[in-house]
Amino acid sequence: MTEAHSDLIKTDVKKSKSIKRGPGRRAQQARREFLRSIALTAGVTSISLLGFLPIDTANAKNRLKMRPPGALDEDKYLSSCIKCGQCVQVCPVNAVKLDDMDTGFGLGTAYIDAREQACDFSCDGLQCVLACPTGSLTHTLDYTHDTRMGFAVLDKPKICLAVLGKGFKGQARGPDYEGLLRYEEIDRWNPIALRDHPYDVEICDLCVQACPIEQRYNQCQDGKYPSGDENQCPPERAIGLELITEKNGVKHMKPVIYDGCVGCGVCEMICPTNEPAIIIDYNKVTDIPLSEHYQIKSRKGGHS
Amino acid sequence: MNTYIESIAQLFGRASRKPKKEEISPAAQKIYFYKKGQTVTKAQIEELHGEHQKNRKNKWRKRRWLTLIAINLLFVVSFSLDIQLLEGALTASRFMGFHMADLNSALQVMLAHKVILINLLIGVVTVFIMWIILGGRTFCSWICPYHLLAEWTETLHLWLFQRGWAKNYTFHRGVRSVFYVIFALLALVTGYTVFEFISPTGILSRAIIYGPTMALVWVALLLLFELLLSRRSWCRYVCPIGITYGIVGVFSPLRITYDLTDCKHEGDCRNVCLVPHVLDLTIKNRSTDIEVGLGADCTRCGLCVDACPTSSLTFEFRGLSQRPKKEELPLMPDPSTSQEPKND
Repeated sequence: MTEAHSDLIKTDVKKSKSIKRGPGRRAQQARREFLRSIALTAGVTSISLLGFLPIDTANAKNRLKMRPPGALDEDKYLSSCIKCGQCVQVCPVNAVKLDDMDTGFGLGTAYIDAREQACDFSCDGLQCVLACPTGSLTHTLDYTHDTRMGFAVLDKPKICLAVLGKGFKGQARGPDYEGLLRYEEIDRWNPIALRDHPYDVEICDLCVQACPIEQRYNQCQDGKYPSGDENQCPPERAIGLELITEKNGVKHMKPVIYDGCVGCGVCEMICPTNEPAIIIDYNKVTDIPLSEHYQIKSRKGGHS
Repeated sequence: MNTYIESIAQLFGRASRKPKKEEISPAAQKIYFYKKGQTVTKAQIEELHGEHQKNRKNKWRKRRWLTLIAINLLFVVSFSLDIQLLEGALTASRFMGFHMADLNSALQVMLAHKVILINLLIGVVTVFIMWIILGGRTFCSWICPYHLLAEWTETLHLWLFQRGWAKNYTFHRGVRSVFYVIFALLALVTGYTVFEFISPTGILSRAIIYGPTMALVWVALLLLFELLLSRRSWCRYVCPIGITYGIVGVFSPLRITYDLTDCKHEGDCRNVCLVPHVLDLTIKNRSTDIEVGLGADCTRCGLCVDACPTSSLTFEFRGLSQRPKKEELPLMPDPSTSQEPKND
């Protein structure tokens, strides 16, 4: 390599001498170098600012995507996240993924695609929150029911099997679906593939059955506290099937979302219709926009 | 103290200068005087150079590449086997449970978020102390995955350049300091970690650990720019990580030391160096003493140590090394006993 270098230097000198001689040469070179440096500065800085493009600067608190438990509001989340992916590494169901360049400054930040793999809290202890070195996932959270990743919405009631009065039999998402869920009655510690756990129900209530908050709520009703800790009990229910009477007198079942919903996305994940009838609005918390939720919280003196 | 200020000024982009005669120690002056009397012919230097090339083992480069690959692989292995040895990525990680935070990433986060969490602070202090001991910019050449890719690209670039198929546009070195200020201000003002959006170090580290992303296209473009237009331009002129670690390494005991005594001033070291200005002191009449440590901008990559035909450049850990003290060195080699340079 050194051989090449010394040759290089020689040719370099030859070339520059042949171009121009005299005292002006050095000054001219310096001027060109200076101009090039300005161009470089402008160029690289402009490219770095392209990261703004996907960001909703007017509503900076609006999330680009669903974020892991405890995520601060979006602008603070993006600024505090150090883009290391430690939350990705600790998640037992691999729900947490890292964003790409198309999200601008969201590059390298963690998100959850609930339809692909929701957070089912099978780690029990909010491992991603504990792993976060910068508090981007706020360390003030203690329990699963404290998290607010969003709020479930029955987006397409017309295709909801419960609304249609239909049952469901088989693998919720078909034989090729790779998502995992933990079923405590099958294996307390290890989540299993959803396709290995077929359902058979008269009226489809998969979203209610699979809801981690509902499961904890019911355990507590039976006096069996999750992890043996009474504090793990959710104060409110998250979702339930209710008998609804329409204006025209038609009665049908319908999943109704309660204020205990944390927006974990398991209902969206398990919903067996082609397009999920129920989805998570990750910019909403208990029927109010996320940004207002944080304002209310900080007014109450809570964390934001 | 003066040498430290010089070292920082050089890091921020000041061109090196020729020291005045009174700044050069008498001992060094004697050696320069002695060397003046001995003309070393081009043929002699070429012979020395050729001899060295034949027996060259690239010891430090091998060690460094192995270290760099091993550390980046450790992240991968730790994640894929779930052994929790080294979690996270180069921007922030946990080594056996201990928090580590990349100083530049942590700085960006602190400036953007304006809240400093204790875990982050622990990580920063740990890494800060670690790199003071290990030499600051050692991070660049011994850990950063972009450095390795850029090094390979550089070899290709030189090959192309020799054939006239690539250009080598240079920039003012001070532009890196301008970038440092720009990215710090952007983080502070916008509240986003703007530099992380384009940092090839973070992008590559995450891609290695979590799988490829579109962002790799940006890294490829950077390498293409270096390949065809400007040798090692990202590391030399842009990357603020280099300045952050450079500042940390100012007082580091681990450094490369130049010994004037046997140096032939042929410049093999400067030809291979990423930051050749730190080696300007190997030019005749530039070194202020017989033994001088290289400036903070030096990445301690060891390429110059491998390249030097007279072993005038060596790794040194101040306080630990077994080198003879300056006073013990012969101030003026006796021409009758010295082996080289031979006077014809």
